[in-house]
Amino acid sequence: MSAVPVLAVDNLSVEFRTRSGIVKALEQVSFNIGKGEMVAIVGESGSGKSVTAYTVMGILDAAGRVDSGSAVFGGLDLLQARESALREIRGREMSMIFQNPRVALNPIRRVGDQIADVLLQHGGITRREAPKRAIEMLARVRIPDPERRARAYPFELSGGMCQRIMIAIALACSPRLLIADEPTTGLDVTTQAAIMDLIAELGAEQGMATLLITHDLGMAAEYCDHIVVMHAGHVVEMAPTAALFANPRHPYTARLIAATPRPTARLADLVSIPGNLPDLRATVIPACRYSVRCERRKPRCEQPLPLVLGDEKGSMVACWNPL
Amino acid sequence: MLSLIGKRIISAIPSVIGVLVVTFVLTRALPGDPAAYFAGPAATPQAIEEIRRSLGLDKSLPEQFVVYISDLARGDLGNSIATGQPVLTEIVTRLPASLELTLLGLLVSVLIAVPLGVLAATRPGSLIDHACRVITTAGVSLPAFFTGLLLVYVLYYRLGWAPAPLGRLDIFYSAPNTVTGFYTIDALIEGNFEVFRAALAQLLLPVTALAIFTLAPLARMTRAAMLEVLNSDFIRTARAAGLPKGKIVYGYAFRNAMLPVVTTLGMVFSFLLGANVLVEKVFSWPGIGTFAIEALIASDYAPIQGFVLTMAMLYVTLNLVIDILYIVIDPRVGFES
Repeated sequence: MSAVPVLAVDNLSVEFRTRSGIVKALEQVSFNIGKGEMVAIVGESGSGKSVTAYTVMGILDAAGRVDSGSAVFGGLDLLQARESALREIRGREMSMIFQNPRVALNPIRRVGDQIADVLLQHGGITRREAPKRAIEMLARVRIPDPERRARAYPFELSGGMCQRIMIAIALACSPRLLIADEPTTGLDVTTQAAIMDLIAELGAEQGMATLLITHDLGMAAEYCDHIVVMHAGHVVEMAPTAALFANPRHPYTARLIAATPRPTARLADLVSIPGNLPDLRATVIPACRYSVRCERRKPRCEQPLPLVLGDEKGSMVACWNPL
Repeated sequence: MLSLIGKRIISAIPSVIGVLVVTFVLTRALPGDPAAYFAGPAATPQAIEEIRRSLGLDKSLPEQFVVYISDLARGDLGNSIATGQPVLTEIVTRLPASLELTLLGLLVSVLIAVPLGVLAATRPGSLIDHACRVITTAGVSLPAFFTGLLLVYVLYYRLGWAPAPLGRLDIFYSAPNTVTGFYTIDALIEGNFEVFRAALAQLLLPVTALAIFTLAPLARMTRAAMLEVLNSDFIRTARAAGLPKGKIVYGYAFRNAMLPVVTTLGMVFSFLLGANVLVEKVFSWPGIGTFAIEALIASDYAPIQGFVLTMAMLYVTLNLVIDILYIVIDPRVGFES
């Protein structure tokens, strides 16, 4: 990691007020992303990956509330910043792409115009230049025949095309950080690889940091330098990719790796993770939220979680009895 | 898009033919013998037979249909017995009165309901959201003729602020020269602001009654549609791209929310045509609603036939306009099916 991270999330806790009580969706989440780095947050559904991303972007649902913590980006704490300041940053210095690209674009606006909207908002260009720049962006995300495609509506394009359009919107103003929230969900496998290659390549060209949110550990391993493992709103482990795979220290990480298909493994070798996520609405949640599912549980596990730093730079495990 | 609109216009032709056939069958199926009615209570059977022949009612139904269609093609809708006037003339002079009322009512209602719904949706739980809920609940539970009567009682009878509910213009003014048939617009064309004000004053109460009636479904639909669109994925994308709130609400969300609102608008307009009949009665409005009621009471069949035909054509035109609006707003129309 470089000296000053692009994004430093520290001690972030987020709650949701729902009809059935307060859900402690995130608790003391901390991680950093350095310049040009590609970091993955992995975990099963409901582990708080997307909530983390939405909180950083400041587009959390109205029911969500930041309880504590900070997210420093370019010297500014995003969680304390005013909405007007955030709006200047979003789309220009920090962008986000989403899953299910076909519904994540405005269905009744031409895709070229949607790119131009962002350019006009942040790019400091005139109304006349915007359409031309939008077509340039389409060419950059390798859309064939960009002049014609700029005039298309999302329903006329394939899912992969729509995701390229989203990437074009996100990268239009050359941001320093891209958050990709399961960018390949809903796409077929060959398109998935093409989209990920495109993100990695354009990121490297611009020296852009990328936060990849995924449940696909294989994808995280292939593209990311660093992996953050989340479980039930906690960061349970983080480490450089190679170290994490060679030597997982949290029992959950080990289980997650065992549950990921590999070319060498046979189907019978894949192991599912027993149990479910704990109910986060409960008033008393165990200190280690994995303990109910954990086979290495010790009486000590009821005490507040330790943060054990690893030998590798930037590695950490939150466990009393690591592997 | 133009070819799509053209196709839609052509597809309206079968509806028009259907309307012609149904109107014909319906008036022939009405109980009562028009010939006996025309002849009067003291007529001899020969006299009735004579009249039946002169009205062409002795012919077979297909023959009558041919006569009916060729009359229609010449713009002949028959004569009213009550007034002796050709039905076409009556409708041509009365339709603008009804349309002026209905369209203005709809316009006022849209101008209030749509912003109200948008504001309520963008500020859920706020004062304006609660106000929206109260107004929509009150609006649906009050029929337009009742609100009309209430308005007349309070604003004319009690307070004397509104002019007497007696037609389109106070008797002290003469109607402006007919250009569009809408008194307000014709007065403006003439540059006669006094008549314009007088015509507007007469419109005030019935338009308010109609607007209150249609406000509820429109505001409610706008609010619901806006809420749904504002929660959709592409709005989240727009926010993440740092677009300003105004652009997101009006540029992105509003246009998408317009689709269900336009559908409701069409429905509301057809309710309004129905509600109009009673409201016109309350305000002695010389529109086609009053005309139809009077004809119905007098079993005057030519005006009824003319009224049903006019209304049916209005509905067909209305649906056509709504569908064309759809094509203009939503590029997906015409591709999905």
